[in-house]
Amino acid sequence: MGEKRDVLGLVLTLSSAVALMVALGMVFLYAPREATMGDVQRIFYFHVASAWVGFFAFFVTFLAGIGYLARGERRWDILALSSVEIGLTFIAMTVVTGSLWARPVWGTYWTWEPRLTISAVQLLIYVAYGMLRASVEGPERKARFAAVYGIVAFVTVPLSWFAIRWWRTIHPDVMTGGEGMAFTSRMGHTLLVSLVAFTLLYATLLRQRIKLERAADVLTRLRLRAQSIAK
Amino acid sequence: MSIPIYLVAAYAVFWAVTFVLVFSIWVRQRRLQQEIANLAARLGEPK
Repeated sequence: MGEKRDVLGLVLTLSSAVALMVALGMVFLYAPREATMGDVQRIFYFHVASAWVGFFAFFVTFLAGIGYLARGERRWDILALSSVEIGLTFIAMTVVTGSLWARPVWGTYWTWEPRLTISAVQLLIYVAYGMLRASVEGPERKARFAAVYGIVAFVTVPLSWFAIRWWRTIHPDVMTGGEGMAFTSRMGHTLLVSLVAFTLLYATLLRQRIKLERAADVLTRLRLRAQSIAK
Repeated sequence: MSIPIYLVAAYAVFWAVTFVLVFSIWVRQRRLQQEIANLAARLGEPK
């Protein structure tokens, strides 16, 4: 069983590494140079893929929260916590790469328009998820609070997605490429491969993060056993 | 072809953050496995 798991882990790691290399190759060698923005538009592929992983990770936390409240099983709590950590990292990456794209295109690293503001708030909300877990006593209480928080915090994902459609904003729409951006089929292929590569990377990281949390549980059990023996 | 500095910076950020995340998970896993092995040995249990 353990050996089988390791094989799956290795397959995931290798496939995500290969997919990332292919995506990177396509970004720089296959995708055409965008007419208006020039080469800086190539940031778009990994920026959108990072945002996708962040949103997907928070969706997994949302589902895991429901799973925990329904079943009360620790594995749902482990899944929720592991996914938040990865989602937070990728949303932070999205914000930073977005700022680096915005500087030459908008003339500023940051502006308080709806999408960017919601992204900043979303980051803080999921940072607070970790703070909440650290401040609540008792594993079951902590898991229950975190599950409810993870479900409620997910509202920021559709809010962020629809922000560029509901309000006037200068942020480009991924589906259309945005005003002033000529979106070609080669760009579409590159974006698709980037999304697949990042999803594989997410699966690889999630698997390792879950293993970490399970190891922490084993250690807690052993410590309790050692304490009971010492008494 | 000159590559814009912002493009280089964005991809550098991606690789750096990914590396830090992978490294941090790996370090924490190793530390936990070490502690589990030590404690299991003290308790006379198989790992």
